[in-house]
Amino acid sequence: MEVLKIATAGSVDDGKSTLIGRLLYDTKSLTDDKLEAIEKSSKKKGYDYLDFSLATDGLVAEREQGITIDVAHIYFSTATRSYIIADTPGHVEYTRNMVTGASTSQVAIILIDARHGVIEQTYRHFFINNLLRIKDVIVAVNKMDLVNFSEERYNEIKADFEKLVEKSDYEDQHITYIPVSALKGDNVVEKSTVMTWFNGETLLDHLEKLDTVNIYNRGKMRFPVQYVIRPKTEEFHDFRGYAGKVYGGEINVGDEVVVLPSETKTRIKEIFFNGKKYQSAARRSSISISLENNVNVSRGDMIVKANELPRMEKTFTAKVCWMCSKPLLVGSKYVLQHGVNKVLAKVNEIHHKIETDFSGVDTQVSNLQINDIASVSFQLNKPIFFDAFKEHRTNGAFILIDPQTNNTSGVGFIE
Amino acid sequence: MTEKLLINALENEAIYIFREVAAQFEKPVLLFSGGKDSITLVRLAQKAFYPAKIPFPLMHIDTGHNFPETIEFRDKLVNELGLELIVRNVQDSIDQGKVKEESGRYSSRNVLQTTTLLDAIEEFKFDACIGGARRDEEKARAKERIFSVRDDFGQWDEKNQRPELFDMLNGQIELGQNVRVFPISNWTELDVWTYIENEDLEIPSIYFAHKRDIFMRDGLIWSASEHVYKDEEEEVEERMVRFRTVGDMSCTAAVDSYATTIQEVVAEIRDSSISERGARIDDKRSEAAMEKRKQQGYF
Repeated sequence: MEVLKIATAGSVDDGKSTLIGRLLYDTKSLTDDKLEAIEKSSKKKGYDYLDFSLATDGLVAEREQGITIDVAHIYFSTATRSYIIADTPGHVEYTRNMVTGASTSQVAIILIDARHGVIEQTYRHFFINNLLRIKDVIVAVNKMDLVNFSEERYNEIKADFEKLVEKSDYEDQHITYIPVSALKGDNVVEKSTVMTWFNGETLLDHLEKLDTVNIYNRGKMRFPVQYVIRPKTEEFHDFRGYAGKVYGGEINVGDEVVVLPSETKTRIKEIFFNGKKYQSAARRSSISISLENNVNVSRGDMIVKANELPRMEKTFTAKVCWMCSKPLLVGSKYVLQHGVNKVLAKVNEIHHKIETDFSGVDTQVSNLQINDIASVSFQLNKPIFFDAFKEHRTNGAFILIDPQTNNTSGVGFIE
Repeated sequence: MTEKLLINALENEAIYIFREVAAQFEKPVLLFSGGKDSITLVRLAQKAFYPAKIPFPLMHIDTGHNFPETIEFRDKLVNELGLELIVRNVQDSIDQGKVKEESGRYSSRNVLQTTTLLDAIEEFKFDACIGGARRDEEKARAKERIFSVRDDFGQWDEKNQRPELFDMLNGQIELGQNVRVFPISNWTELDVWTYIENEDLEIPSIYFAHKRDIFMRDGLIWSASEHVYKDEEEEVEERMVRFRTVGDMSCTAAVDSYATTIQEVVAEIRDSSISERGARIDDKRSEAAMEKRKQQGYF
């Protein structure tokens, strides 16, 4: 079964939860008991319509405040594929959640309230989707029912957003605009009978037609070794398998490869998956491999194709999104986890804070607060094997772990 | 040699998570209930470490009110696959006076499991407990992380969860803390059933339609058994039913069904309009029931 992960972003009142509820309702993904719970709760609140937001807002605190405060995952499926929505909050103080939700998604939906148009929040949502290299972005202009389903208003908003797109440096990004009314159901799953002036696809139609193979950013093949399998049984006496996930490209038996950091050259001898041998494995598959030569390989090492070496350095600069209430300071030390590889990192310099509103203003700062994004350079105790994030969405990212609290304190995108 | 390996995104993700557990923790354990989700986990763990054996034991927290079919199945599976199984009993926690048996109409041992589980974690010094919870089961589960850190009291602090970015899993913890790991977080009920069908996995017989003595309460089908409280006026009848989950007898309702094969079960789930936890009596107690139990250390 194919799976497509979608990140949603929107301000508190953009009707994001209603949109998701509508998607679930119209794809018949809401079950009777869930629907019953929604009806009961809507009635209790005195609404004369179904409050779909209740289908997604999980925690008690949220029900009390009426807003989403964390990343929630929502599932639905059609005959074509399964969908996972990472519902992330849109208000400014929760950049960290939006970055988190977007990091595992291939598609993003940016919601705009048709009454308010493109606002500062919209800038930030688009900025984060760009930072995370989300290839397919859907701009859903919502609450069209509240602007009389006006084509003129929709075009105005679209033009405003296009100005924003001009500021982006992400050329491969694909942007689709759709006027919707999540509350009334126009252009979400069913085509609007009112907005006949709109010739495009509905939101669901667009999602259904996305090619889940090509939507993944391609890159060079990277195989970080997760775990060494040594059965030590009679049958597999000398067997040494290297377990890991294939990133970026395909891996084939016979490929000439280099093991990092030792830089030993060898070839892929076998590719295993659940006891069967395969000739090749596509990216994102969790396989184990064996090598022709007896090479010493351990967790954190990386196997790459011989003519596709990554950068292997102890210093680099990265855009960092800070996610922890304890600020990041120059000179602080962290555990840097790059894929499955862990090293120690020291913050060398904070170059400048990056505004997420495309204003291009870079502020000099001495520390990073939660939800700040900045360009930071690091010094490592050992080299890591990486690509620039723009060239490799997985091999160009890392997390920073606070050695005192063990919390994941930030995420970095290597430049 | 087979040609190119086709991938199943959810299976690959789960295998990746299992390998991270084995690599990042000293003493992991797989919590096994004998239900379809934990059976799926065992299969995925086998795949993750092949040709080596699963490098950690299974543990079952037995409420003593399980369906006998489930226990029979559990022992058979463990035997056939040569796995190590640890069993800890809620009855022992009751006998030691650590928990008090509930009484009355809706009494269940489901909540009591938490104490037995936390004691077992301490006894064996487990630092990672792998479970079959899925985010689609219930609203509070939708926010659960794949690596979910629990403090010394087994509690879940839902407002202070570690962000999980890309597929990087941070398993660093302090002594005394442990991590709950959910490899099939992103699977839906239908995904699990489809997997069981495709992999031809054996499951306990109560998942298939069978004749059973039942009684009706609150519109749900309850199993008539010595472990389930029943009013005098609640009438027992025989009906063709099956179970969608195999929790405690006292908190798992049956559904009307004639599905006797896995294909029929999958077809039924596909058309079904009641969510799986809708048949879990413990969640009906209140809208925030699951979240409250989780904060107290429930799985």
